[in-house]
Amino acid sequence: MKESKSSLGFDFIKGFIQENPTFALAIGMCPTLAVTTSVVNGFWMGIAVLFVLTFANVFVSLLRNFIPDEIRIPIFVILIATPVVIVELVMKAYLPAIYEVLGIFVPLIVVNCIIIARAEAFAYRNPVMNSLMDGLGIGAAFTVNLMIVGGIREFLGTGQIVFGSAAFPSVPFFEPAAVMLTPPGGFITLGILMALFNVTIGAKGKTND
Amino acid sequence: MDDKLLITPAPHISSVKTVRGIMLDVVISLLPATLAGIIIFGIRSLQLVLASVIAAVAAEAIYQKVAKKPVTVNDMSAVVTGLLLALTLPPDAPIWIPIIGSAFAIIVAKQIFGGLGTNFVNPALAGRAFIVAAWPLHMTQDWLNPMTHDAITGATPLAVFNNTGTTSLGVKDLLLGLRAGSLGETCIIALLAGGIYLIARDVIDWRIPVGYLGTLALGTWIFGSPNGFFQGDWLSGILLGGAVLGSIFMATDYVTSPVTPTGRFYMGVGAGIITLLIRVWGGYPEGVTYAILFMNLVTPLIDKYVVPKYYGYMHDIQARKAAAGGGTK
Repeated sequence: MKESKSSLGFDFIKGFIQENPTFALAIGMCPTLAVTTSVVNGFWMGIAVLFVLTFANVFVSLLRNFIPDEIRIPIFVILIATPVVIVELVMKAYLPAIYEVLGIFVPLIVVNCIIIARAEAFAYRNPVMNSLMDGLGIGAAFTVNLMIVGGIREFLGTGQIVFGSAAFPSVPFFEPAAVMLTPPGGFITLGILMALFNVTIGAKGKTND
Repeated sequence: MDDKLLITPAPHISSVKTVRGIMLDVVISLLPATLAGIIIFGIRSLQLVLASVIAAVAAEAIYQKVAKKPVTVNDMSAVVTGLLLALTLPPDAPIWIPIIGSAFAIIVAKQIFGGLGTNFVNPALAGRAFIVAAWPLHMTQDWLNPMTHDAITGATPLAVFNNTGTTSLGVKDLLLGLRAGSLGETCIIALLAGGIYLIARDVIDWRIPVGYLGTLALGTWIFGSPNGFFQGDWLSGILLGGAVLGSIFMATDYVTSPVTPTGRFYMGVGAGIITLLIRVWGGYPEGVTYAILFMNLVTPLIDKYVVPKYYGYMHDIQARKAAAGGGTK
């Protein structure tokens, strides 16, 4: 098995640029489009994925020499489902309002492409520390992406951004565009952001390779 | 650009027509309807038209500058997009509505997909669909009474027609455009004059508007009355709403309509059916925008299956029959 020689710092930072899950790899689109109607929703969805991804990456990496190749996917799913259940129960207990909004998308993290992809493509063939950094990096990047998409949609769709009890004052003469809170608004925002990412940051990441 | 090696989508027929010339013809053909709209709904309409056109041209120039592409505002296609968008607006809409709509139409629906010739839907209608979804109240309530220019409270003539199958307006008023409606859709005479000009100049194919309006008339006659089948007021059905404007000026957009004559006819028929479905059974009062946008999306499919029969060609089944039957026929 080929072990990675990349540095821990690179494994963390690549999630934001070359292997940005949303804008470069275009995986994990379902939660990205479905729950990002506000910054807060994006944040908690991102944190849930960050936890599950890091947990699954570490355990897949720890067990990588014991997992038989033929049945690795079912084993990944078990290793992913465990933290998903933890996240779901914790959210239900301590953040019932957020859980109400995110709903089915929390249990669906089990089949989130990002987590299976990182387990298969990275954690399964890299040491534990690298896998930990990979999970943290990709998860953090995913959280930031969801908050950006959610922030744009929340601002254009409601005219303000709400953080807990604080809200940005609404801009005068600005009429919120209802479409931004609907699925088409999600697709439009994501598409434009993806295009912008790929002509700016993404293009630089490719030339550095 | 290298003029010797031109890489263009099919059909590869050389002609003296230029994009600028065609777009100029479209602008000329839209002038009567625009003028009629300004006369019927007041000087406010002129402001909307100007805002929309200027925003469309500016959006195209700014995007092409930023993206470091050749600036092609001289081909007039942005003017047509802006003008068409303005003609579909309620005459009392705020002035920023056409500006945002035009910017969305040009940047998101046209330039991001590669500019003129590679957009997959009609940019003006995409812009309209966006602003309808974004600010539905402005786009469904900002109507004005014709000539008196005061705001309308209550349902538009088309909404009344969809519910009751009748309209209080006479055919003369409908033809002259003396009714509440979008800025440029009401004056049927002006629209028809523009359409005849375009057909005479060989800019558009008559099959799309005829197929569209014919299907809509037939469908309205059959299903348009709440009293029973075959009692609908088919003439009011095509004169009310935006079907004439859409079928002549928007469904005929070269980029997003089929290439073959038969395919164009199918496009018109399909758009007519969808308009009828939305009007008679749907939740929206008017379905022209979505009908044409939908047919734009299936245009590649129509082009794939509707291919002209060329001389000496036999269909597979016919060929097999001919081979089996000895070809006595």
